[in-house]
Amino acid sequence: MNKQKHHPIDFQDARFKVANREALIGVGLVVVNFIWWYGFAYGLGSKPVEEYRYVFGLPAWFFYSCVLGLFVMIALVTIIVNSCLREVPFDEEEEEKRGGQR
Amino acid sequence: MNSPVLISLTIFLTLIFVIGFWSAKQLHQKQNTFLQEYFLGSRDLGGFILAMTMVATYGSASSFLGGPGAAYTQGLGWVLLAMTQVATGYFVLLILGKKFAIMARKYHAITLIDFLKNRYNSKTVVILSAISIVVFLFSAMTAQWVGGARLIESLTGLSYTAALFLFASAVLVYVVIGGFRAVVVTDTIQGVVMVVGTVIILVGTIIAGGGVTAIITDLAAENPNLITPFGHDGGLTPAYVSSFWILVGVGVVALPQVAVRAMAYRNAKAMHRALIVGTIVVGVIMLGMHLIGVFARPILPGIEVADQVMPLITLEVLPPWIAGMVLAAPLAAIMSTVDSLLLLVSSTVVRDVYLNYVKPDASNKRVRNVSFGVTAVLGILVFALALRPPELLIWLNLFAFGGLEAAFIWPLIFGLYWQRGNKWGAVASMIAGVLSYIIIHQYWPNPFGLHSVVLPVAFSFFAYILVTLSTSEREKHLGA
Repeated sequence: MNKQKHHPIDFQDARFKVANREALIGVGLVVVNFIWWYGFAYGLGSKPVEEYRYVFGLPAWFFYSCVLGLFVMIALVTIIVNSCLREVPFDEEEEEKRGGQR
Repeated sequence: MNSPVLISLTIFLTLIFVIGFWSAKQLHQKQNTFLQEYFLGSRDLGGFILAMTMVATYGSASSFLGGPGAAYTQGLGWVLLAMTQVATGYFVLLILGKKFAIMARKYHAITLIDFLKNRYNSKTVVILSAISIVVFLFSAMTAQWVGGARLIESLTGLSYTAALFLFASAVLVYVVIGGFRAVVVTDTIQGVVMVVGTVIILVGTIIAGGGVTAIITDLAAENPNLITPFGHDGGLTPAYVSSFWILVGVGVVALPQVAVRAMAYRNAKAMHRALIVGTIVVGVIMLGMHLIGVFARPILPGIEVADQVMPLITLEVLPPWIAGMVLAAPLAAIMSTVDSLLLLVSSTVVRDVYLNYVKPDASNKRVRNVSFGVTAVLGILVFALALRPPELLIWLNLFAFGGLEAAFIWPLIFGLYWQRGNKWGAVASMIAGVLSYIIIHQYWPNPFGLHSVVLPVAFSFFAYILVTLSTSEREKHLGA
């Protein structure tokens, strides 16, 4: 087995800047998702049932929070992946390893 | 006996075998990297497969039997709760993301424990992690087997023991022979079956109920609470439902069976693709499956065993042949969860305990034999337990998720993103998280209206930071 010594990770690695930024994007997405989900569900859903409005037959709170919310998140993730995420190589030795094995 | 159902079930199981054997052939061609290939599929997953395997592993019996069953009882409030899981589709990959992939490659890590071992360089961390994984996942796995067997039992009319035997032999042969690549390939097929199946059953249910408006009107007439966010008796408070964002949303990052997939993908492109596919798939399945549960209520009132809602509504609204095909979906979900858990527990035993502490210089051939042996023995043990499931196991399964999250979330996240984080912090965090979780779960369920996982996650957070800060001061003094 590869019994190599404990080698500390170089936290200054330029690729980690990209990774850190993308982790923060993940946190941001969850916050947006949560606010949308919570706001519509309890903002519209706390009224008495008699005052509910309906969209496509579903109670409005449910439609906006769960159904529309899902589409909004899918759209947001797609936009962010296509515009903000950067491709980085994962493995310095990737090339030689490939050459050796295949 | 329902023969169309039985036939599609058989077709499905055969398909699984074929794929298992095909993967095994791939395995023999790459002998020199046996461990990497058997447990990680040589870190070569593409984006679509990565997304599917994550969703299929995570979306287990709970989302196919328990989840819709609870939605049947609770109404739309439970669908709201289930939608907290959409976050897993993008959050896990963005948080662990590229950093985890890079560090895991540098460490040659093939399990979560490998990663922690190299990051913290501590025996205590490894042993605590191995204990948490074996105890929590072993019990989670047994309960899944019980679920799988019950499903086969209700579909085919076989006895429970016969159903369990059928289920177990399929899973075992398949995992023992195929390894990780076999598991992720079928996860992909199963993921597709799940998505298509969800949509078909949902449409069938809406038609059978006379349209969405009619169904909602029926629900409101029966009990207006069913169409509020608060559950059938008003018991789903915003605080309780919101805490599921931690249990089944962001906390999923720390589940070892999910984290291991975040080190198995080929390149950044695969990860980007998986982010989009994963969000769509997990969203459609969660929304669809749980809505089916709610909509089933006016069509089939008075179902008492919640786990039966899904099979019964499918048989009710679809022609038998299609029902048989579609019901392969929940079975598929349970199977792929079981497959991955089995593989994970055996990799913990082989990699993290056997190779680290028992026989570090074992030859490649020996490692291979031990891996097969341990996987088979574990499978047989689980089978024996599932024959007569003890009460304790069911209890353990319920809290396995929370326990793993309390144990691993901060050692993993701080290990990745906080350079100063050290082994003392990690050990303190794991102990504080797991102990407080067990105590709160037992003696103080739902403190302040929150789910019992919330406080332990907070405790382990503070334990990590405080202990790291105080010990890194000492290290500095010693060094000077």
